[in-house]
Amino acid sequence: MHIPDGYLGPVTCIAGFAAMVPVWAVASNKVKNNLNAKQVPLLAIGAAFSFVIMMFNIPIPGGTSGHAVGAVLVAILLGPWAATMAVSVALVIQAMLFGDGGITALGANCFNMAFILPFVGYTVYKIISNKSSIESMRRVIAAGIGGYIGLVAASLCAGIEFGIQPLLHHTATGQALYCPYNLKVTVTAMVGEHVLFFGWVEFLATALVVKFLQKQEPALLQIGTEVAK
Amino acid sequence: MKTITKLWIGLGSLAVLSPLGLYLPEKFKAGDAWGEWGPEKIKELVGYVPSGFQKVSSMWNAAMPDYAFKGWGEKGLGHLSLAYIVSAGVGIVLCFGGVYFLGKLLVRKKTLK
Repeated sequence: MHIPDGYLGPVTCIAGFAAMVPVWAVASNKVKNNLNAKQVPLLAIGAAFSFVIMMFNIPIPGGTSGHAVGAVLVAILLGPWAATMAVSVALVIQAMLFGDGGITALGANCFNMAFILPFVGYTVYKIISNKSSIESMRRVIAAGIGGYIGLVAASLCAGIEFGIQPLLHHTATGQALYCPYNLKVTVTAMVGEHVLFFGWVEFLATALVVKFLQKQEPALLQIGTEVAK
Repeated sequence: MKTITKLWIGLGSLAVLSPLGLYLPEKFKAGDAWGEWGPEKIKELVGYVPSGFQKVSSMWNAAMPDYAFKGWGEKGLGHLSLAYIVSAGVGIVLCFGGVYFLGKLLVRKKTLK
């Protein structure tokens, strides 16, 4: 879901950054006010986890490949605003150093994967887990479903960003200047593959880590209920 | 064992296992992620390279493109796996460092007030 340089025209690129500037500002404020110094290393680990989990490309046999993002997991542990910061840093490093995701598309990619993904996923997690105990199976399932729906929501945003390009930018003869596919194609492709495959990868990654933490470090899961105000 | 030690072991294990993310798509003949094709593939798919795409797509020169060392594109899966693990290590350290620095800076501002 890392949109490369060249797929989005200037309008969408600028809109992506314009949307993210206030989000980053609020995220910084929330991290400042809600986290204590002892929780900062955990958030840093969360960013590193998101980075490395995105390297696990899972194939659709004979088709495309995709991966989990881990954003909902970070949101469950330290709140969605903290997740925005952690995943944004991972995306910046991926784009600048590894050419994964465009520099011009960085705002849009952060919007999809560092904002929409953790917030939608976290909201779903909160609703499903409700007041269940930290160690309940219900929380594991809630985390998985949150991850799944969060990733699908992010893929819908990416699909829309791709798909509006032929409308926004084309030559007099109708040739596209950037992404050449229309909305119907891009949304079907992006949402389809994430509903069928990659959403489940995020489901598993999120649910398994929550399950593991329940057994090994239940105190970590407790933090999330306190900081995410 | 301290919590943070456990988490670092987890991250280290993921870094070592990361070449699975190279190997599996190769094994199951899966291509790039949707919408992440290079110019040649776009030409093959739609018959032309959009002119805006042509201009912007190669403007950034990443130091380790595709999580590999420059010029290693044609090397075998073994070499690429090694580069992938190094990339994972570099990425983990930079992400950790970046957020650690940012986080400490923000949290410290609060205590100063």
